[in-house]
Amino acid sequence: MIDLIHFTIIIPLVGFLINGLLGRKIKNEKVIGAIGSGAVGIAFIIALGALFQLLSLPESERSQVVTLFNWFSVGNLEINFAYLVDPLSITMALIVTGVGFLIHVYSIGYMHGDKGFWRFFTYMNLFIFAMMNLILGDNFVVLFLGWEGVGLCSYLLIGFWYDRKFEKGTVAQAAKKAFIVNRIGDFGFLLGMFLIYLTFDSLNFTEVFSKAASGAVPEATFTLIALFLFIGATGKSAQIPLYVWLPDAMAGPTPVSALIHAATMVTAGVYMVARTSIIFASAPAIMTVVVIVGILTAFFAATIGLVQNDIKKVLAYSTVSQLGYMFVACGVGAFSAGIFHVMTHAFFKALLFLGAGSVIHGMHEEQNIQNYGGLKKHMPVTYLTFIIAAFAISGFPGLSGFFSKDEILWYSYSNFSLGLWIIAALTAVMTAFYMFRLVSLTFFGEERFDHHKVHPHESPKVMTVPLMVLAFLSVFGGYIGVPELFSGEGGNKFHHWLEPVFAAANGRLAENAEHSHFEEILLMALSVSAAIIAMWFAWKIFTTNKELAEKTSNKFKGLYNILFNKYFVDEFYEKAVISPINKFSEGFLWKIADVRLIDGFVNGTAGLIDNISGTIKRLQNGIAQFYAVIMMTGIAIILFWIIFSL
Amino acid sequence: MENNLLLTILLLTPIIGSILVLFLKEEQKNVIRVTGLFISVIALIVSLFILGDFDSSRSDFQFIHKILWVKSLDISYHVGIDGISLLLLLLTTFLTPLTLISTWKSITKNVKLFTFFMLMLEAGMIGVFISLDLFLFYVLWEAMLIPMYFIIGVWGGEQRIYASVKFFIFTMAGSLLMLIAIIWLAMSPPTFTTDLIKLYGVGPFVKGDIQMWMFLAFFISFAIKVPLFPLHTWLPDAHVQAPTAGSVILAGVLLKMGTFGLIRFCLPLFPQSAVIAAPYISVLAVIGIIYGALVAMVQKDVKKLVAYSSVSHLGFVVLGIFAFTQEALQGAIIQMINHGISTGALFLLVGMIYDRTHSREISFYGGIAKTLPVFSTALLLASLSSVGLPGLNGFIGEFLILTGSFKSLVLNNWWYTIFAATGVIFAAVYLLWMYQRVAFGKVTNDKLLAIPDLNSRELFILLPLLVFAVWIGIYPGSFLELTDVNSASILGHVKEFTFNFLQ
Repeated sequence: MIDLIHFTIIIPLVGFLINGLLGRKIKNEKVIGAIGSGAVGIAFIIALGALFQLLSLPESERSQVVTLFNWFSVGNLEINFAYLVDPLSITMALIVTGVGFLIHVYSIGYMHGDKGFWRFFTYMNLFIFAMMNLILGDNFVVLFLGWEGVGLCSYLLIGFWYDRKFEKGTVAQAAKKAFIVNRIGDFGFLLGMFLIYLTFDSLNFTEVFSKAASGAVPEATFTLIALFLFIGATGKSAQIPLYVWLPDAMAGPTPVSALIHAATMVTAGVYMVARTSIIFASAPAIMTVVVIVGILTAFFAATIGLVQNDIKKVLAYSTVSQLGYMFVACGVGAFSAGIFHVMTHAFFKALLFLGAGSVIHGMHEEQNIQNYGGLKKHMPVTYLTFIIAAFAISGFPGLSGFFSKDEILWYSYSNFSLGLWIIAALTAVMTAFYMFRLVSLTFFGEERFDHHKVHPHESPKVMTVPLMVLAFLSVFGGYIGVPELFSGEGGNKFHHWLEPVFAAANGRLAENAEHSHFEEILLMALSVSAAIIAMWFAWKIFTTNKELAEKTSNKFKGLYNILFNKYFVDEFYEKAVISPINKFSEGFLWKIADVRLIDGFVNGTAGLIDNISGTIKRLQNGIAQFYAVIMMTGIAIILFWIIFSL
Repeated sequence: MENNLLLTILLLTPIIGSILVLFLKEEQKNVIRVTGLFISVIALIVSLFILGDFDSSRSDFQFIHKILWVKSLDISYHVGIDGISLLLLLLTTFLTPLTLISTWKSITKNVKLFTFFMLMLEAGMIGVFISLDLFLFYVLWEAMLIPMYFIIGVWGGEQRIYASVKFFIFTMAGSLLMLIAIIWLAMSPPTFTTDLIKLYGVGPFVKGDIQMWMFLAFFISFAIKVPLFPLHTWLPDAHVQAPTAGSVILAGVLLKMGTFGLIRFCLPLFPQSAVIAAPYISVLAVIGIIYGALVAMVQKDVKKLVAYSSVSHLGFVVLGIFAFTQEALQGAIIQMINHGISTGALFLLVGMIYDRTHSREISFYGGIAKTLPVFSTALLLASLSSVGLPGLNGFIGEFLILTGSFKSLVLNNWWYTIFAATGVIFAAVYLLWMYQRVAFGKVTNDKLLAIPDLNSRELFILLPLLVFAVWIGIYPGSFLELTDVNSASILGHVKEFTFNFLQ
């Protein structure tokens, strides 16, 4: 199956082409949906086959390259459409196609009746195609092809309902913003690639990483490369300062938010950092930057999440926050913990978004959680699965999120510092709080919607079955990565599986001090109990004592406003960056430099010549005597000149 | 040496054809149109024959046809091509029939003259790309101005006279400088000659200052044509006022004559000066990239936006040429083709919708994704190819240029590339913003509800361009390999004389 890995890319492309070219004619939603979902399903099966084949190989051979054809080659630069099958890429491929398949199926129900049904599945398959290029590509350029490709799909899917309004602006603006902010990140990624090519004379992973590991390159170069690449990651994975596009990306249909803006695309930055782990591990300064950016993003996004009222907004900020965790993991050198969280997060966050979609679907497009309430009895499956996901993301013991998040918390202490652990744990507490605020306001308490207009109902099976599968994964998905604390030495299967990929990086990182199991248990108990208290507290307040919440927010009106308005970062960017560039371009570059200066110079020259020739023209007045006088004068001057120069 | 007549046949086809067109009756518009198309298709077929016979492993000129013209001055009719001119030749013969079809509905007055000028223009462009004699080159270079002048001046928009005069004067000013340099160079020892291949062995031995002046005279002439910042202001006017066919040819081929001239003449004739001037020129190129993009961003007229985007894109090409690396030069060459394809497609699309609404104001549009889905899809593809999305053609060129300039020893400074790469961000800003305002949102204008989507003729024009956009994006090898040996040999030639600079 490894030899067939390129079909995980080609089949979604075929799905894209069929639905894109014929979808308008096919019209039948079932056929279109089956083609779209089927393409991803087949890709999943192939990836699964490749996984088993990989498992059957000895560890040293678990990295295989499948080359399709040469893309372009100039000078020393040779770029192939080549795909790398190794534990990391297969893990990602399974997440993308697996969760992707479920979301495709769900979308058949969710998008039912939409005029753009065929267009939706066209874009979704294109997304899977691009994403598979991103994670399977064996060189930076194919990765970049996927990287920009998923950005395009994100643009198209955010702007799917392009004629609608979104918050203060339009859906189209949100889409454009996403693409442009991503491009700022891509700019960094491009520079990173140039520097890699300059340094290693190649852009192929195998070559670059082996040269990087051999250690002839100065640390300063690694630092710059890692910095550039990380700029790319902050764009794609919505980290400070480029996170602003992700909350707006919620303008797209909810399955899109689940697939692209929660489970898969936004984790591309984490994947890229993990893939280039040897480069990051060789740049300790940038590792610290990654930690700081990650933890700040995790913390601040969580604070914003505390007060948002749009169900998707809460989840969006939660995603930004969780992505921050993943970067913290990478930054402290626990790459496989980062990827582990990518996986569990894909399960429970996709579930949360799809659940939210189910709620929105049942509530006739209402997204404000203040207008929900008591939905538990109206949509039991959605409720049950949603609350499982909420428990998972809050790190409730035994669920998937617990294992992955606890691991990150532990490494942030053991590999970094207690201070980092404290902020990370605080973030976890806030996460538990806002998740259960969301759960309470949505499913518990009194029904705050208008019963005459809104008739909440459970979603059809095609939507609820994917929810159940994801709920199952959210519960049990963590057991492949049980920490050694419980499973004994070498018991963490997930780590063991990814170990060969990160071996070089781990070798380069400084050894960390030994820590005792007691410390680990103590910290775990602390963070878990704090989170559980926060969950209970949120549930209590928002179910039975909503006035308390209002009173508190009134009391801290200033802080509340700052949080509610997301620290006014968008407004700041608008005033400090976007508007000045626009004004400068229009007011100076175009209307002054181009029109007045350059054209003014040209037209001025033309005018000057016109004037001069106008003056000279008068000399040719046609009077012969005048010519004679001039001629005589001239002869006289020349004569004098000759005589006096003798 | 055996003379090969294919290039001469190619050159004569549109000339003879254009004269034939003059014998047709003005009233028989459709006969004229079909005849024009037929002739340009013959030219296309001839050029494909040339492609078939072309040997991409040779570093010298092929298909040479030489007839001595003025013996005492060693001026001859001397034509031949290498891979670089072949690509541009193909671009010319490929775009001309498409643009001719595109005018079938929009040009209704003086169809005969229009077709005549278009074919003469094609002949001029072909001639410029195949000349291997400076005298012949200069004559054709100048001759080509005339049909373009009339195309803008007769069939253009409201301010066509201003635009065409500006176009003429700008390019003429540059040409005169070049003429002086040509004569000066031809007179350089050992003997008077205008034969380019012989001069390749003369130019590099012209001493310091004098060579620099010659270089600058050639350079300015080409830089105006490119157009390089700050010599670009004729372009927006010319583009906006020209009829669609004029804009397409102007952007698609005419601008490339500037960059082609740099590669064919400036680099090999004056290698030392080119290397010395490279950092300064690259600064202008990078300014052009950003400047063009920023000014494009704030345009309210779609056509002007595309015009300014050309300034930005051609900046990339110039940067690629003066980086003196194989990657960058190959990138510059492929980017010349890419720009012809994507900007050509954009101008055609703008023209198609202009035919329907007679408005180029961005604010006039909105929400056409709903009413004109096919048009919007094509516009999106063309925009993305211009933005440089990987998988489409623009990416290959930009990526190679930037990679090559980053490692350039002549430029030897990362900032060129870093600033140039911001152009990648700005391109997304101005094109997607334009797309958002034109295609997305609610349909704001009732006039937009009544207009039809692309018809089959228009699709027939656009499809080949879009196919090439994807083809070059996925498998650029078929194009890159045509010029691989030649660009290496040009760089080798430069390196031979500038050993010190490159070490």
